[in-house]
This record gives sequence, C-alpha cells and structure tokens, in this order.
Amino acid sequence: MALLEITDLSVHYGRVRAVHEVSLTVAEGEIVTLIGANGAGKTTTMRALSGLQPVSSGRIHFDGEDITHLRADLRVIRGISQAPEGRGIFPGMSVRDNLDMGAYARRDRHLTRAADLERVFTLFPRLKERSRQAGGTLSGGEQQMLTIGRALMARPRLLLLDEPSMGLAPMLIGQIFEILQEINEQGTTILLVEQNAHRALSVADRAYILETGSIVATGTGSALLDDPSVRAAYLGVA
Amino acid sequence: MTGFVDRLRLADEQRAAFAAWPRRWWAGLPRPVRLGALVAFAAFLVALPILQPPVLTTTGTDFTGVLFTVGVYCLCALGLNIVVGLAGLLDLGYIGFFAVGAYSVAVFGSPQSKLATEYPWLVCIPIAIAISMVSGAILGGPTLRLRGDYLAIVTLGFGEIVRLTAVNSEVLGAAAGIPEVPRPPGERADGTRLFTIVDVTPFYWLVLALIFLVVLAGANLERSRVGRAWVAIREDEDVAQLMGVPTFRFKLWAFAMGAAVGGLSGALFASRQTFINPESFPVQTSLMFLAAVVIGGAGNKFGVVLGAVIVAYLPERLRSIDDGLLVVWYVSLVLGLATYLLLRRRGPRDGPRTYLRLGVVAGILAALPPLLLAMPEVFGSRGEIGQLRYLMFGLALIVMSVFRPQGLIPSRRRAIELEDRAKEVEPGATS
Repeated sequence: MALLEITDLSVHYGRVRAVHEVSLTVAEGEIVTLIGANGAGKTTTMRALSGLQPVSSGRIHFDGEDITHLRADLRVIRGISQAPEGRGIFPGMSVRDNLDMGAYARRDRHLTRAADLERVFTLFPRLKERSRQAGGTLSGGEQQMLTIGRALMARPRLLLLDEPSMGLAPMLIGQIFEILQEINEQGTTILLVEQNAHRALSVADRAYILETGSIVATGTGSALLDDPSVRAAYLGVA
Repeated sequence: MTGFVDRLRLADEQRAAFAAWPRRWWAGLPRPVRLGALVAFAAFLVALPILQPPVLTTTGTDFTGVLFTVGVYCLCALGLNIVVGLAGLLDLGYIGFFAVGAYSVAVFGSPQSKLATEYPWLVCIPIAIAISMVSGAILGGPTLRLRGDYLAIVTLGFGEIVRLTAVNSEVLGAAAGIPEVPRPPGERADGTRLFTIVDVTPFYWLVLALIFLVVLAGANLERSRVGRAWVAIREDEDVAQLMGVPTFRFKLWAFAMGAAVGGLSGALFASRQTFINPESFPVQTSLMFLAAVVIGGAGNKFGVVLGAVIVAYLPERLRSIDDGLLVVWYVSLVLGLATYLLLRRRGPRDGPRTYLRLGVVAGILAALPPLLLAMPEVFGSRGEIGQLRYLMFGLALIVMSVFRPQGLIPSRRRAIELEDRAKEVEPGATS
C-alpha cells in the first residue's frame, strides 16, 4: 500500500482554481517528483499536503489514515515533514535553534536530538560551522540546506521538499540532489517539487507533470526524460 | 563573487558587533560587580519615594503617585510584550484587559457594588487575573484566525467594547462608576492601615515587587517550550506550523498570559484609585502602552520597561518646564541624533533610501520649534505640555520606525528578523 495517496485533490483560492483533481501516490522508500512551470500549482499542492491550505475536494491518505482535514501540527506528528521553499527559515534564530525547532513535535526529542544533529551535520558540514550564526545571515544555499536539515530533525517518514534548487548555483544544486539521494537511501521517502525538471527527473523513481493545476503526464523518471514532448516543454531540447 | 558576498556578511557582522557593545560590556564585567550593581539599582528604586531626588521629582504632581503610575505602565508593557514582542501579534486594545482587571476588583470587592460580595482584596486579585485571562481567550478565540492589520483593527474595537459595556451596565456602575474599591491588607506598627489614599509609597513598593516577579516569570516563559513556539510564530507562522507547532493554541495562550498581566495591572490601578469609572480607560491609553513597547524595544523585557518609563514619566516631568530648559532639551535631542548619525557605520545598503530617511527626520526636527512656539496659542498655556504627549509620542514613533524599528534596547533576534524583512522587500533582492 502506498505511504501517501492523493485522490482527486482540488484547491481553490477564493474562486480561482489552483489545483484540479490531482491524484498521485508515493510508495514507501521512493523518490517521487512533481514538476511543472511557475504557477502550475506545485506549491499549492505542497501546502495542501502539509495542512497549511484547506482542500476544496478530494482526499489525502497517509499510511492508510485519512488526513484530508487533519491539523498541520498533527500531520508533523504522523511523520510528514516539509522543507518550505525559499527563505523558509527562522531568520532571527541561530542555525542550532532552527534545527531544534525541527524536532519540536517529537516527544522523545531529548533522546534523539544528539544523534539527529550529528546526522544533519554530517550531511551538511557547512551548518555545523555556522551553528551559532543567525539563520537570516546565511547565504541562499546555506538557508536551503538548513530547511532540509531542519525537516530531517523531525525524523519524517515522508519528506516534502519544495524547490530545493531555487536560486542556487548549478554546483550547489548538484550537491543538494546528491544529499537528497543519500537521505533517501537512509530510508526516508521523498516527494520533491521542482522546476528544474532535468535534475528532478534524473533522481526520481517516478514523476508527475503538473500543468495549470492538473496532472498531464506520469511515468518513471527515466521514461519522462526520454519523452520527446517532455523534452521540448521542460528540458529545453527539441 | 564570493569575495563580495563575504564582505557584505562581514559588514553585517561588524555592525551587529558594534551595536551589541553595551551587552558585551555588561557581560564582560565580573559577576560580583554585576550583582552589586543590580542590588544597588534595586535599592535605589525602592528608596526613590523617600529620596525624592530633586532632578527627577515632578512639580505639580505627587512624585510617588507618578512613580506608581509608571509602575502600572511597566506591568502593562511587560504583559503587552508577551503578545506583541514575543508572539508578534499586534494588539491595539490592551486597555480592555486592564479595564477588566480593574472592574473585577471593584465589582467583587467594593461594598457599593451591586453584587455585594465584598470579597477581601487578596481574594479579588486572583479573581481579577482569572477573569482577565478568560477575557483574553474570549477575544482571541474568534479573532486570532486573522493576521496582521486585521487582528489589530479587531483588537482596537475590543478596548472600546469593554468601556462601552461598562458605561451601559448597571452591575458595572454604568457611567457613574464604582467607589470604595478594596485596598490591600496590612497595618503599620501603630495599628493604622498601610495602604491609604494619602500615602502612595506602599502601592509603589507593591507594584515594584510585582514587576520583579513578572520579569522573572517572563524570563522563564521565554526560555520554555511555549516561549520558543511564540518566537517561531512571530518569525514565520506558516513555517512554525510546519514544525508541528499548534499555532492557534499558542497564540491563544499569548493572549491569555498578556491579558492576565494587564488585568493584574488594572486591579492595582483600581485599588490605588479607590474609584473607577469608564472614563478611567480611554482607548488612547492602549496606544500609549503600545508606544512603550515599540519605543523601548519589542521582545526585550528591559527595553519595554524603559519604554514604559519614557512614556509614563517624561510627560509628567516635562509638564512644568521653563523656556530655557525646553531649549536645552531640544538642543540635546538634535545633538544626540547628530552624534548617532555620525557614529553610525556606513552600511553596505546605504543608498537613496538613507537620504530620504535623513530628510524625514530633518523635516520633523525643523517642524518642532514652530510647533512648540505655537503651543501657547493652540493650548492656551505652555504649562499644559502634558497634553501634547500624543503628538510627541506620535513623532517619536515615526522617528523610531524610520531609524530604529527594533527599539531602544532591542531584542537581538528581533533586530535580525527586521533586517531580514528589509532585505526581502528591497528591489532586486535575491535569495
């Protein structure tokens, strides 16, 4: 059975439809990516998944439980953790405090914190160097690492990543995607939302393509990479 | 490329280090010295009504009475700081909680009250705190789903609703108010009452002790799990939710805690006044409380206490001041600002915006002398400078929000947040 199962999900902002009858599944252990252009509804889907945005119709099941209308903080306790897009850190808190906030929902955080911190610092040595520095003074790439590291502090079963490559230099993007694969190999299921289709498709087991709020194509990462229409629309090659 | 970014960051760090020198200086002192200084300062505060230092005393108003009022403002600023400074919720109706606390003591304790319960003072105070907390939760329940400006507008209405309810309710004494509010128990050695209308000194000491307790409790709260959740909500509410913080519940807690402190403050105020009516709680006072928090430095306990002292004490001190002193005040204000501007590090982001700011302040400073000269014509007499307090604090708020939005004694974290927000709105900013 799938870890995450979304059926016919629709989301509206007032009367404007942002997401229309989207269905997707993520099985335990997979990396699944949702790609699409600006305004396709990627971030809205993420917000609906983590409970920040109310759903107008459709259902979300996590590990067999219907969480469509569950409060955001309770979803974190169930094991869904999101690294939000862009500057989604706490700017005034130190890197260390940001990471501690990631474990906020865990009841056993006093037992697990040291090991989890160690894991995050191994994945992102830069964060260790800057652990006492305020989050707001980090560079864009470091902030991105911090959002991912912070999400890991919750020991999620499902990690939601919203555009981890946004605004980063190509070398950094490569580094981040390598780390994502490492995290996945350590046993965390990942749902990745991306505009950078090439990178996302090459690490993903399966992918969905979102256009103006609806899913228009789906398949394995490599199949979509070879699909001529996908190549034309998202990879910039004819 | 990276060299430039590193230089920017270095400049930021240097500026932060420069701004933090008082904190470092204080932390660098040996522990006994710091402890001694604190004890001496506390002793000075306790002795103020006995010392009556001539530089500080107010002419025309009882100095001890002013001290007590300042204390009441300090309590309110500390309570409001939980809501505004820690949780980041803009509350413009704080006077409402203050009034709820005051009326609770009056209604349950006064022999003139329609309820005729006549509970003693020591019973009334916990009741007042509890009712204030509940009123905070009642206001917060439906309104905390709103954010930012909308929340501010609704809370502004709340302050007025409480006052109007009092005006129209017989139980609350209607427009006439409630006399004979109970006073704290206690006797002097000769058997006379300790807390009287004549001598405010015991009231001042009481409020001083309570401020001390509230500061201590606040410090613990800040470090607790609740405090960290509040700071997370203030910094980014959506992200706080993503961390698993039940944001609504914690915002409600912030409202309730803030309301409890405001209610306590109001209860003390009512006991000291012995008589309250709806006119004791004008909605403008909410804005004075907020001015204290913003001027002093939202999020920093000591900052907001300083802000309360400025807001509540300075107008009283300036109430009767002669022309010569006025010139001295003005010149020192200009000199102070000029020194600040000269000593200020040239920031890497100094640009046209900086000059615009300078223009705004220059304009305000230029407008002040004619305003002050015009005062006798407008207000009849210069003696009533206290009436100009709203104007003065309005100007102070403008200057503060332009130059030092983090307040006089800022919370370190909050200053970084504000800078972060400034970066986000700057044109051409990239992440």
